[in-house]
Amino acid sequence: MLEVKDLHAYYGKSHILQGVNFNVQQGEIVSLLGRNGVGRSTTVKTIMGEVAPEGSIKFKGEEIAGKKSFEIAHLGLGYVPENRDIFPTLTVRQNLVLGMKSTKSEGRWNIEEMFKMFPNLGERADVHGGVLSGGEQQMLCMCRTLMGDPDMIMIDEPTEGLAPKIVEQVALLLQEIAKRGVAILLVEQKLSIALKISHRLYVMGHGKIVYEGTPDSLLKANEIRSEWLEV
Amino acid sequence: MLEVFIFATLNGLVTGLLLFMLASGLTLIFSMMGVLNFAHASFYMLGAYFAYSISLQFGFWLGLIFAPLIVGCLGAAVERYGLRRVHESGHVAELVFTFGLAFLIEEAIQFFWGPDTKNYQSPDILDFPLFTLFGQEFSAYRGFMIGVSVLIFIGLFRVLTRSRIGIIIQAAITHPNTVANLGHNVPLIFMGVFGVGTALAGLAGVIAGPVLTTFPGMAIVLGSIVFVIVVIGGLGSLAGAFIASLLIGLLQSYAIASDVGMPDLLNFLGVSFERDHPLNDLWTMTLPQIAPILPFLLLVLVLIFRPTGLMGNREE
Ligand SMILES: Nc1ncnc2c1ncn2[C@@H]1O[C@H](COP(=O)(O)OP(=O)(O)OP(=O)(O)O)[C@@H](O)[C@H]1O
Ligand SMILES: [Mg+2]
Repeated sequence: MLEVKDLHAYYGKSHILQGVNFNVQQGEIVSLLGRNGVGRSTTVKTIMGEVAPEGSIKFKGEEIAGKKSFEIAHLGLGYVPENRDIFPTLTVRQNLVLGMKSTKSEGRWNIEEMFKMFPNLGERADVHGGVLSGGEQQMLCMCRTLMGDPDMIMIDEPTEGLAPKIVEQVALLLQEIAKRGVAILLVEQKLSIALKISHRLYVMGHGKIVYEGTPDSLLKANEIRSEWLEV
Repeated sequence: MLEVFIFATLNGLVTGLLLFMLASGLTLIFSMMGVLNFAHASFYMLGAYFAYSISLQFGFWLGLIFAPLIVGCLGAAVERYGLRRVHESGHVAELVFTFGLAFLIEEAIQFFWGPDTKNYQSPDILDFPLFTLFGQEFSAYRGFMIGVSVLIFIGLFRVLTRSRIGIIIQAAITHPNTVANLGHNVPLIFMGVFGVGTALAGLAGVIAGPVLTTFPGMAIVLGSIVFVIVVIGGLGSLAGAFIASLLIGLLQSYAIASDVGMPDLLNFLGVSFERDHPLNDLWTMTLPQIAPILPFLLLVLVLIFRPTGLMGNREE
């Protein structure tokens, strides 16, 4: 589904991504782990075309390096940024409408179903997005991207700053997304959720992938965890 | 007294709505680009001249439809091939570009149409008094101006707040990257907004041309007031621009209609001056005389007491 080869990216002169290689297969949940500042967000931003890429990014077999963000989104790659950019002055329903790429798309998801899945959002359908709690905003942000019916979705730190009960809900939604055949690249800091729901994991350190494995193998790899993950 | 008030109000309304037709586009474009488009009133002038030329051949009504369309396409082209490229060099470059464009358009108009005032007329069918009140007539054309403006604004408001494209525009103005990530072509949206904004300016020119006269200075006359309005209203606020447009339209109209001046004030205070007093001009000044500078006085007051403008909330 997604194949990243020797990806480099720069902010001005600083060389942030120094040859990143990884892939995500259809229907998989893959986590990208790592400490603060190693370049995980930069990786997804670069794939999405927000940061200029060097190297190869193939999505569904097509080279997308150099394409514009909206073109990449149209190919079926969804992105939920870490800052949870909901539109505070638009209502919850309007936020969801914004995620749709056309008016008639009958995809895997529809608004009424999302409201059933998340009664919290349904009850606040006509309330401004700005008054939602952090967890609700995160849910809204994910649902909004899903409204565009992506085949793969990249989610940057969805559980940051959320209460454990809400983290549970996020995990359930992620599993529901995967069940419908949408591949997920999950950027995470929290090992627990990543270990629980991922099929495979990558660990990133200083602009490179330093480890690839499964939840079981990562649990056994004590050195990797202490060198690259634990604080 | 009452008839003076009613007519001043109606005329103020005509001016205010006309000003808002320019101010609304300018405000939308400002919210997108982050700079004021100094050439905005030039598109207004182009609207009047195009409509004049079209009306000579095909009559007023075709001018009313096609002149704004042509101006809108020109505006979109200016965004696509001019501003979008200049944008990479920063805000100052954009400002200079729009300044240059304003001069260019004025020169072009003098070149093609000449420096003299054009005899652009309102259509004959609207050449009758809409109603007569206290022996004074209100022309149908002015009523038509009010009608067109109100229709346009209702349409604009509905599109911006109710439709999907309106939602996308609102979001794209504040969060362009996020909107692009959701699969929307933000540059295309911006070009469209620029085109619609300039088309509105063109439409204002079409309907104002016959009343405010069509001459190469018309952009500067109205343009400076429109800038005052968007600053008074609060940069980027459509509601603010609306209130400020009506405020200035009415204020100017009341000032012109009033027949009070300094002599009345001095009489009231019981002071008097000799005719040969060195400041005689000041003591004999009347309100209608200072009407043209009232917007700028208001601007100074607003900048002193509420620097963000009436409805502005930009913190800088
Ligand atoms: N806009 C920017 N300009 C310059 N440097 C940046 C910018 N954004 C990020 N960086 C730098 O790039 C590096 C990688 O940042 P990135 O956001 O990818 O980290 P991350 O792994 O997502 O960590 P976290 O999200 O926990 O902060 C950091 O050193 C950061 O300081
Ligand atoms: Mg990050």
